Amino acid sequence: MSTDTEAPIYTKSALEFKSSSFSVPVLVIHNTELNQIKYQLKEKIGQAPEFFKNSPLLIDLQHCNEAEQAFELAALIDFLQTERLFPIGISSGNEEQNKLALELHIPQHTIRSAHTENRSATQNMANPSKETATEQTDNKATDTVENRLISQPIRSGQRIYVKGDLTVLSHVSAGAEIMAEGNIHVYGALRGRALAGVQGNTKSRIFCSALQAELVSIAGHYKMSEELDSVDQHKTAQVFLQDQALIINNI
Amino acid sequence: MARIIVVTSGKGGVGKTTTSAAIAMGLAKKGHKTAVIDFDVGLRNLDLIMGCERRVVYDFVNVINGEASLRQALIKDKRCNKLFILPASQTRDKDALTQEGVGKVLEELSKDFKYIVCDSPAGIERGANLAMYFADDAFVVTNPEVSSVRDSDRMLGILASKSRRAEQGEDPINEYLLLSRYCPDRVKLGEMLSVEDVQDILSLHLLGVIPESKSVLNASNSGTPVILDEKSKAGQAYSDVVARYLGEDVPHRFINGERKGLFGKLFRSR
Repeated sequence: MSTDTEAPIYTKSALEFKSSSFSVPVLVIHNTELNQIKYQLKEKIGQAPEFFKNSPLLIDLQHCNEAEQAFELAALIDFLQTERLFPIGISSGNEEQNKLALELHIPQHTIRSAHTENRSATQNMANPSKETATEQTDNKATDTVENRLISQPIRSGQRIYVKGDLTVLSHVSAGAEIMAEGNIHVYGALRGRALAGVQGNTKSRIFCSALQAELVSIAGHYKMSEELDSVDQHKTAQVFLQDQALIINNI
Repeated sequence: MARIIVVTSGKGGVGKTTTSAAIAMGLAKKGHKTAVIDFDVGLRNLDLIMGCERRVVYDFVNVINGEASLRQALIKDKRCNKLFILPASQTRDKDALTQEGVGKVLEELSKDFKYIVCDSPAGIERGANLAMYFADDAFVVTNPEVSSVRDSDRMLGILASKSRRAEQGEDPINEYLLLSRYCPDRVKLGEMLSVEDVQDILSLHLLGVIPESKSVLNASNSGTPVILDEKSKAGQAYSDVVARYLGEDVPHRFINGERKGLFGKLFRSR
């Protein structure tokens, strides 16, 4: 009797495990000078506080450990957390660092990011798994394309996230943030932040009728407003990525 | 069914209460039964601007809590018998307002009134959110300066995403721009944003430009909505706003300053 009534409860699964891949900023540490790291990090965060706020982060210690000097990982993690960044893993740590990370409930990652892998191609670490990872993201992008068209202005403080391409028929106000896994088209003035290819699609582009943006980013490569002076702010412009460099020009 | 109008801005001190009092009086003067509600619980001002501060017995929070009926709390204006004021509570804070309570009060008022004007507090917290939540139309009061424009822009984003109409997928709130404290002379000098500058950022339907005027402060001090001062430019501008809102075709005044002599012409070349 009791098994009969309880059975439906067990057949309905309360959870499932899914595999998904996503991009996370990687903090590559070049040396062991903690004070220098702290200072420069603060400066970077200051340039784009909203971009970094509450962001997950992977710490890459490979370069830092090449020097074979002691590095205060605990102090770095502590500092990151006070700056509202959340380390979710360390990569290329030595035995001692890995142990420390685990104590702080931070797992080790072996997957190398595309950026660092290109530079350290001679390293034979986990290359196969990296390749499968990129394949997965590519498939995902083509499988679940969800384009979106917005005809209203995007107001200050609004955030829009689109899995495919985003087209805005009006302007994007200062203080607004639009993000798309594909391209971004704005048929008005772009005054807020625009991030295209947020899942790592380096082929995505941003187009707008007037580029007055606070920040533009393609696949994590970003430029702030003060670096956008090279183009006419009142003409149609595009932003794209070429050889890891962000190119901005008027069309 | 009543139309619910929210007068909002995000930023403080731009003229929300002045506007609420003026347009409520204007609508009532046109013969529409109008209620104006002060949502600024804890910082009650509307009663002063309307000149009924000595007649406040019960307030909005009393009605929400069921301690008084709407009939008891509504104050009938002495100058216009179509206008009623629902004052805010001065001794409570914004948490005394609940969505359910506000909804009930507005529903009850809707049976009886043609227009309900909600005077929103500054900010984007509870009081402001509840003032705009049930709105059909929004008057966004903006001063021609960058911080006010940005705050208005933020408020417009909230109107578009967090209102009842947005949540229930109905037609969006009609948004109107009301540019207040405008000085054409200072615009010419490049000291103040022009109507075009503001419209470039907000792109809204411009309902009216209210010129900076001494009569506004005088009106507030004497507890008379400025719209009743027919000689003042601000009063005339508010009359135009009400007429335009009601669908009349009234040309815009007060955008360009008065004709200038030689001195003014020198600056016009800028």
